[in-house]
Amino acid sequence: MTQQEQTPLTWNHWDEPEGEWMLPGECPVRTNRTLLLEMAARLLFPTVLVFSVYLLVVGHYAPGGGFAGGLVAGLAFVLRYIAGGGAEGAEIGTRLNLRPPLLVGLGLLLAVIAAFAPVAFGRPVLASAKYSADVPVLGHVDLVSSLVLDVGVYLLIIGVVLDLLRSLGSGIERDARESRP
Amino acid sequence: MELPLLALVLAHLVLAAVLPLVSRRSRRAAFGVAAILPAATLVWGLANLRAALSTGLSETVSWAPALHLEPSFRLDALGLVMIVLVSGLGALILVYSAWYFGKDSRDAPRNAALLLAFAGVMLGLVLADDLLTLYVFWELTSIASFLLVGQGGVHRANRRAAVQALLVTVFGGLSMLLGIVFLGEAAGTYRISEIVADPPPGGLVTAALVLILLGALTKSAQFPFHPWLPAAMAAPTPVSAYLHAASMVKAGVVLVARLSPGFAGRPGWWVPIVVLGLVTMLIGGWRAQQETDLKRLLAFGTVSQLGFLMVLFGAGGRIAEVAALTMLLAHGLFKAPLFMVVGIVDKITGTRDVGKLSGLGRAQPALVVASVLAAASMAGIPLLLGFLGKEAAFEAFLHPGGVRGWLVGLGLLVGSVFTVAYSVRFLWGAFATKPGVDVVDAARPAAGLMAPTWISALAGLVLGCVPAVTDALAQRYAAAYPAADAVESGYHLALWHGLSLPLLFSVLALAGGALLHRQRARVRAVHRALHTPLSAQRGYELVVGGLERLAVLVTGRVQAGSLPVYLAVLLLTVLAVPGTALVLGGEWPRDQPWIGALMQIPLGLIVVVASLALLRVRRRFTAVLLVGAVGYAIGGLFVVDGAPDLALAQFLVETLTMVAFVFVLRRLPAHFDNPRAPRPNRSVQARKAVIASAAGVFVAIAGVVLSGARQEPPSASGDFIALAPETGADNVIAAILVDFRALDTVGEITVLLIAAAGTASLVLATRFDRRRRDGVRSGAGSPEHEEEILG
Repeated sequence: MTQQEQTPLTWNHWDEPEGEWMLPGECPVRTNRTLLLEMAARLLFPTVLVFSVYLLVVGHYAPGGGFAGGLVAGLAFVLRYIAGGGAEGAEIGTRLNLRPPLLVGLGLLLAVIAAFAPVAFGRPVLASAKYSADVPVLGHVDLVSSLVLDVGVYLLIIGVVLDLLRSLGSGIERDARESRP
Repeated sequence: MELPLLALVLAHLVLAAVLPLVSRRSRRAAFGVAAILPAATLVWGLANLRAALSTGLSETVSWAPALHLEPSFRLDALGLVMIVLVSGLGALILVYSAWYFGKDSRDAPRNAALLLAFAGVMLGLVLADDLLTLYVFWELTSIASFLLVGQGGVHRANRRAAVQALLVTVFGGLSMLLGIVFLGEAAGTYRISEIVADPPPGGLVTAALVLILLGALTKSAQFPFHPWLPAAMAAPTPVSAYLHAASMVKAGVVLVARLSPGFAGRPGWWVPIVVLGLVTMLIGGWRAQQETDLKRLLAFGTVSQLGFLMVLFGAGGRIAEVAALTMLLAHGLFKAPLFMVVGIVDKITGTRDVGKLSGLGRAQPALVVASVLAAASMAGIPLLLGFLGKEAAFEAFLHPGGVRGWLVGLGLLVGSVFTVAYSVRFLWGAFATKPGVDVVDAARPAAGLMAPTWISALAGLVLGCVPAVTDALAQRYAAAYPAADAVESGYHLALWHGLSLPLLFSVLALAGGALLHRQRARVRAVHRALHTPLSAQRGYELVVGGLERLAVLVTGRVQAGSLPVYLAVLLLTVLAVPGTALVLGGEWPRDQPWIGALMQIPLGLIVVVASLALLRVRRRFTAVLLVGAVGYAIGGLFVVDGAPDLALAQFLVETLTMVAFVFVLRRLPAHFDNPRAPRPNRSVQARKAVIASAAGVFVAIAGVVLSGARQEPPSASGDFIALAPETGADNVIAAILVDFRALDTVGEITVLLIAAAGTASLVLATRFDRRRRDGVRSGAGSPEHEEEILG
């Protein structure tokens, strides 16, 4: 009855979201949005990030570690970018202005610091130490100094993936836009 | 432990770093403050005269003894003479610079800091008693020289001269480093005093000496490397006075002086030094007589004198070394004031061209007297230090006589004739009243410019009249050589040695030089007649231009811009190098099972089917998905074989790769082949197929063979598992990654960083260029740039 007044939606636009609330980032491009992907990104992004930290920490006891954790976190950002990151979708939130190269450098810096820190205690480079403690709730916990190295790897990998998004993702996108006559 | 020498060197660098704070207040004061430290160094050095004349003062920092990295310094007679030149003249030239640079000169702060830093590293160079320490300071002086000659990089002449000086000296420096390593490893120590005390024998040592000599010859502007020195005259005059007369160009001479006591007996050492030194002395002296620019005249004079010094230091023998050390001191004391005079002339008249200067002598008597003092020392006139050195030099070669002695002696005589001629030419060119040339009007030079000139010129006179001081230092240095006879052991510097052959030679040199100057029109005609298009400068340009053309040629051939070609080169290299090794040394494992687990069959099928399908695919996107399928199936194989860590990494990387592929595919055509384009040549396709299959077969075989090639017993990996809990890791893979092989991990993430930065710059740089099309250009491809490179 009222369908005559409204322009009919084609089948590939019927799930296009209208509100802003589901956007993972700033999205200047209003077309090509899909509700499903944005919803999934909204739900999965934080979960996957937590999972990546889990992988990072659990690496000492089970499959995982800084490399795998960093890749999982990176893939979370990839998902967010695809879901509607738009031109600069790779940034980690608008408040935290952390450029990918900075993150990469930070990761390497942390790894190198972890490598040289033992020298200050009179031990060889890259030596590791273990602190064991019995925490009331968690039970027996081993804290290993090489975790710092792993965190460095984790940050660096995230940075590399974000850099990939910046160069191959939004970089190529802009390239395409600018070279269009 | 007290380390006064190292502390002095470092103090220079620290003060140079904070000097901009002073120059912000007053540019002139910056030079003044900078001059304090070299002056203090000079005072400290003279206070240690007694120590330098006896055993010397040495100090060593044990940094990494296992690697022979033990910076060590030593103050001896040679070091003290060099301190006089580096620090004494350095202080004077810094004071001179305060008045030379204008009050508001924007170059002044930069020059003040750089000159002081240079004084520091040069001090380190002349005091170093360790070859590696010496090398570090050696290259630092090259860099300082590059910055000082290049100035702000505004003028093309500065840039070209700076690059030429850098290329030539660093080329020599690098070959010297190789020689140092050979020599140090042969001797088992890098300490100069120890090497010289017990020189190692062997052919490798000869090669090492030649390589080290290459460094010394380039740094001290010896033939055929000399053209960088006249070119470097593009620098401001105080810089030329300091670097290219008093200190830096002496570095090569000092190196020869340090090593000669150990190696002077070897023909591989002294023959090239003496021959090239003589050639340099003659060429420099000859060219100096034709220059019309006073500064270039002096530069060629310096080249000539450096050749002279090389001959003396390289020849070996007691008197020769006495002469060498005296000339070393004399040269600094007369060449620096001459440069300062040129600076003053340039400043008060606005020109330093011989053809435009006239009548300056009458207006500026004080300047003339200082110049005459310095030039007379250069020419070797009695009562001046240069005379003492030259007499000793003639004596050194005429006393032993023989073919070598007479040949070198006569060569030095001709060189000295040239020296006298260009000394006279310098005075005539700067001060004489020339017919047909307007008398230039000149302002009074500032006292701040005159005082340093006078002090260093007078020093030559005082030391010349009181030979005992120089003699003590020179005898101490020459004591490293055994005296051949009573004459040699009894030789001392003196104003009067009686009527002797050396005196005759001195007189001949003075007379010949004066005659040469009088007949300058004829000399010029000879010079024109001898002019050839072949010159060392042309040779340098040909070498540099040739290198660039070669680079263009190689790049054009290698970087064809075709991905199949790149891939083919890579695969063929793999087939050629590791492939040959595999055929020759590979061994098929004997107990290789055909199948490990049942699940391997479906996974293997997926890989095979996906690969075969890849060959038939026309759409890029499908191809990417199929490659992904292969990757995931391989990850599945890892799971089956019980490597969850590896499988996890494989799955993640595969996913990321697919995403990256998809990103890139947006900019590529959807299909591999354009239906409208003609089909590619069948033979090309056949070649591609052969290379690809061969590479695939190689990888498959290598995978099996290498997995069976166990050299260590399985217990080696057992240690990893056994020790893993100690690192706090139950997961042995993690233990290996972050503990046992943590250095590998750090290296790998560094590689990742570089790769990421490279990708980003490749993709983003093109965009940057486009955005800045009308802004600042890099200039790499512009015609002006080409012109600058090719000249």
